[in-house]
Amino acid sequence: MSIKVVLPTAFTRHTDGRKQFDSAAANLPALLSEFDRTFPALSTQIKDENGKLRKFINIYINDEDIRFLGGDAYAFQDGDEVMLIPSIAGGRSYICFTIGMSGTGNARAVFP
Amino acid sequence: MPSGRFEFHAEWLRDEPCDATTTGQNLGTGVNSLLAGRKAAGNMRFGARSAGHSLHPSFFFLRRSRRPQESLTVWQQESKLSPLGENLMDYSCSNYELACGECGKRYGNRPLSACPDCLAPLEIVYDLLNAKGVFTRDSIARGPASIWRYARLLPVPEGFQPDLPVGFTPLIHASRLGASIGASNLYVKNDAVCFPTLSFKDRVVAVALANAQKFGFDTVGCSSTGNLANSVAAQAARLGLKACILVPADLEPAKILNTLVYGARLIRIDGNYDHVNRLSIQIADEYNWGFVNVNLRPYYAEGSKTVGYEIAEQLGWRLPDNVVVPMAGGSLIRKIRKAFNELIFLGLVKKPARPVRFFGAQATGCSPISVAVKTGTDIVPQRPNTIARSLAIGNPADGPAAAKMILAEGGWAEDVSDIEIVSGIQELAETEGIFTETAGGVTTAVAARLCAEGRIAPGETTVICITGNGLKTTDALAGRYDHIDSRAIRPRLADFDACLRSLDGTPEPELIAAGER
Repeated sequence: MSIKVVLPTAFTRHTDGRKQFDSAAANLPALLSEFDRTFPALSTQIKDENGKLRKFINIYINDEDIRFLGGDAYAFQDGDEVMLIPSIAGGRSYICFTIGMSGTGNARAVFP
Repeated sequence: MPSGRFEFHAEWLRDEPCDATTTGQNLGTGVNSLLAGRKAAGNMRFGARSAGHSLHPSFFFLRRSRRPQESLTVWQQESKLSPLGENLMDYSCSNYELACGECGKRYGNRPLSACPDCLAPLEIVYDLLNAKGVFTRDSIARGPASIWRYARLLPVPEGFQPDLPVGFTPLIHASRLGASIGASNLYVKNDAVCFPTLSFKDRVVAVALANAQKFGFDTVGCSSTGNLANSVAAQAARLGLKACILVPADLEPAKILNTLVYGARLIRIDGNYDHVNRLSIQIADEYNWGFVNVNLRPYYAEGSKTVGYEIAEQLGWRLPDNVVVPMAGGSLIRKIRKAFNELIFLGLVKKPARPVRFFGAQATGCSPISVAVKTGTDIVPQRPNTIARSLAIGNPADGPAAAKMILAEGGWAEDVSDIEIVSGIQELAETEGIFTETAGGVTTAVAARLCAEGRIAPGETTVICITGNGLKTTDALAGRYDHIDSRAIRPRLADFDACLRSLDGTPEPELIAAGER
């Protein structure tokens, strides 16, 4: 059983430039464990401090969001294309003060 | 402070009460060659902070052409780097820049939407202290009757000369609709007449394309449920940019036509919006194009703030008690709130005793954010099934943040059926003379329900945001008006009289012989 893993360009700095590679992982948790061994820097980037996949990454199996297929429990099928796609969203709506000029101090406020 | 770091820092103001305040990280160590020239040329407050951060160019989505397997070395040679390694697609600005909302790192200005380190979305942050005394009621009043009157708090590159009067749409007191749904102080923010393509998307596209030009893109694009497609196509044509637009195959014919007419390349995708969006992210990763809602998204999203600025100004520089906003990806509702907070901070409006409450509106057939609000759970993606196609995003990018914000401020979210959506369209048209698309039907119907449930009190100042024009979704009303295809009458007064009685449902008068009565 073999699946094809596809990464965004942003992750290739951790994979020696490889955007695609084959894997024999049986499911998503197994694939992430494989990253721990094969691409530890990638693993660090895509997992949070608790070892969970960061919430800003979506996983697609072929064209379908893995959450519609059972998530971690989904058993990869031979020939599956597993894509890691960054989530594109707005960030937190912070309002920022830049303190770079003399006299402005560490101004700070909390809304509302 | 360690040697080699710039001697300043940022304090972050949270606008979500549930968020922890974060202190921005200083990235000024080890100035590398990538942006070294920018440090000297740019301003020290923004430019210098980003100058030292070493990023692989792959994060910038700058690929010139589709070369899936090319080596990084080849790629770097062909990307837009100067002989000194400077990235030509960024620019420095003293008023704003990109920052990560999670880790606080800052990135100057470039086509980038996610933090290269922690992958969190990037946001535009402003030097608000510097705007004090500059962004004032008077300065705004002297500006043009368009979103550009608020340019000081928009990420618009220095030197950009806007020539389209985008936005500044009417805010009308909706007394008849208010009487109908039980809200005596109801207002409609009418972006159904936004210039140039009759939806609020004109605002976000205007800001995104200002940056697309600055970054040097000659092709722009988007994934769209229709309104965005129309706006990107039109404004790209105006600016002389090429446009490539991706839409779900089942989009309303009017929205497809309203894209093609501007000469844009439109590609229909066999899937729903979430499939289209996923593909557009991949395309932006492979092609050197400016996708307004992918690699230009932080700039694009800021355009939505102008809805909030306008509401406040048109209410006489005060904030409403409630705002009802349609939700697709969940960005607009958050940006209106950001606008209100900026106005409070700058002293243009008085901080209300009770925070403005935000009410999100969705169609039941695609209601991931509404469900999350009502159940207090995380967003669970849905497969859309609703006539409100412009809101049909089953996996909303800003959904988690929108749901969190709504609840934190004492607001709520509701969703309505397709039948209620059509009724909402008709109610708004018949009471206020505003023909809105299905999304506006959602908003109107949700507002009615919120009033009926007592979540919005009758006397409170409430603004409902109508974001698109009904001429684009006339198919939603198919079958609602039988007499569209009714028999034509002869040009005779008697026939007209009979027709009128028929339409009114009154029976023909019986013929009475003279002298019987």
